[in-house]
Amino acid sequence: MKILITIKKNSVAPRFDLASEVLIALCEGQQILGKPRTILMTRPSAEDLCALIIKEGVNTVICNGIEESHLQYLVWKKMRVIDSVVGPYGEALKAAAGGFLQSGTILSGARERK
Amino acid sequence: MESTDPARLDNIEITEILNGIPHGCVILDKELCIIEMNSSIVLLTGFTVAEARGVRADSILRCNIGDSGKLFRKVLDTGETLSVEGNIITQDHKKKPVHFTVSPFKNDKGHTSGLFLFLEDISILHTFDDDGSGRDGVKDILGHSTKMLEMLELMPVLAHTDASVLITGETGTGKDLVAEALHETSKRSRHPFIKINCGALPESLLESELFGHVRGAFTGAVKDKPGLFRLAQNGTVFLTEIGDLPLALQVKLLSVLDDKEFFPVGGIKKEKVDVRIVAATHRDLRKLVKRGQFREDLFYRLNVLRLHLPALRERDGDIRLLLDYFLRKFNTGLNKSIQEYTGEAVEVLTAYHYPGNVRELRNIVEYAVHICQGKRIKKECLPEYVVSPQVDVEVIEKQQTIQASVVESPRDQPEHSVLVSKGWSDVEQEMIIDALKKTGGNRTKAASILGWGRTTLWRKLNRYGLH
Repeated sequence: MKILITIKKNSVAPRFDLASEVLIALCEGQQILGKPRTILMTRPSAEDLCALIIKEGVNTVICNGIEESHLQYLVWKKMRVIDSVVGPYGEALKAAAGGFLQSGTILSGARERK
Repeated sequence: MESTDPARLDNIEITEILNGIPHGCVILDKELCIIEMNSSIVLLTGFTVAEARGVRADSILRCNIGDSGKLFRKVLDTGETLSVEGNIITQDHKKKPVHFTVSPFKNDKGHTSGLFLFLEDISILHTFDDDGSGRDGVKDILGHSTKMLEMLELMPVLAHTDASVLITGETGTGKDLVAEALHETSKRSRHPFIKINCGALPESLLESELFGHVRGAFTGAVKDKPGLFRLAQNGTVFLTEIGDLPLALQVKLLSVLDDKEFFPVGGIKKEKVDVRIVAATHRDLRKLVKRGQFREDLFYRLNVLRLHLPALRERDGDIRLLLDYFLRKFNTGLNKSIQEYTGEAVEVLTAYHYPGNVRELRNIVEYAVHICQGKRIKKECLPEYVVSPQVDVEVIEKQQTIQASVVESPRDQPEHSVLVSKGWSDVEQEMIIDALKKTGGNRTKAASILGWGRTTLWRKLNRYGLH
């Protein structure tokens, strides 16, 4: 399973359309395979991001705020979208690999003061 | 900390006060994490107060006000209130325009100890922009039929190249929308998108509009005028109805495409332009080339990338999707509370063949929403020509006969072809006259009934001499 997370610093990016960095990881049997890679977008654009997601053959997209049109587009493309996820992306990735991440989750790390 | 944390002073009281304010209110600490927020914010974000407490505000609010952290820090540092306009993504995935006011929260020693955010929904101010124009841009391209999915898959690829694109498809299939979407998702999106209807202006005017003119080029040319090509510098020029472009201008357009430069009308100095050309037509350009009405070299130059938009009758399942989408859209726009279509109405609407494609479907739904007085759109609320299919069957049959006759033997049996074409013209003329009679001569309404654009009706009126 290929997972893509829109990220900003150490957290899930607040908005899909304004995300300029994504993390892509491969998971199998609740394990993360290898080192996840990050891709920097040339500019934040929901359309470019959708194109990248299709190109990469991603199965699951984890993000926070996402507009209806982009959400519907990804769902039509048979993608699983887990949205409104708040907190550190590492924690989100582990939870998604474990199969227990749901839309609207505020992860425990979201409250840790840096 | 206790003395600087306003929410802790009297938590219940503060929550009650905030909930009494009919706008979004949020209190942040110095680390920009949420201390308290009111029920308006809960409604907008979908996160409860308990969930959001201690979490950074930008993750909960999902706003776009630049780098919100920087803005908030500025208010913390300067102690001055700031107001900005932006938007947030709501829990139901809508982008809501919001006016933000960020004020410092001061403790009894006068030191800034947190921030107060005031969020005012300004959707109403944007309503005209969204609905008044009747088009919503990229997000309006809907469809989950195989043909549409194929097209949607191809669009990002076409958007990322700089080659010319030729969009073909019947009238009302959304060629303009797709052209704009290609521009919006291309690297030229920050530059102008200029649409030119090649069939709407006479040749002499069109040349001046496209390429501009210099002072004194012709009577009335009192000053230099930049053409639309120059105005679209670094952007996209969308040439709609390219099949109607006069032959003389086709040569000039070809030279722009090849050399990226042209002479303005009456000018002696070449102008350089860097634009992407997207062209669209509902005509069969190959046929026009065969008839000598369209230059073959220009056809091949434009036909680098081709996008064919399927007719609505070829898009399985999309009719229902579009019916629901336009019902929601007009419900909101016209302040109606219609919930659904009756089974009978759906049957009629899905069986109809939509010669005017999505534009016609949109107009039918708009008509029905206007007419419907109840909570459900019934068969009786639909236009007569949709409910009574006799005329339409006749039209389809004639259309098929014309296509068959043209495809089978255009050269061997020219007389037969002409005869059938004449029959179709008669039917079309009758349809136009009927529509004009129904609307008391109002061409905009007549075009709407026929499922055409006003330009198409104007062209056909000219062709048949019906003025």
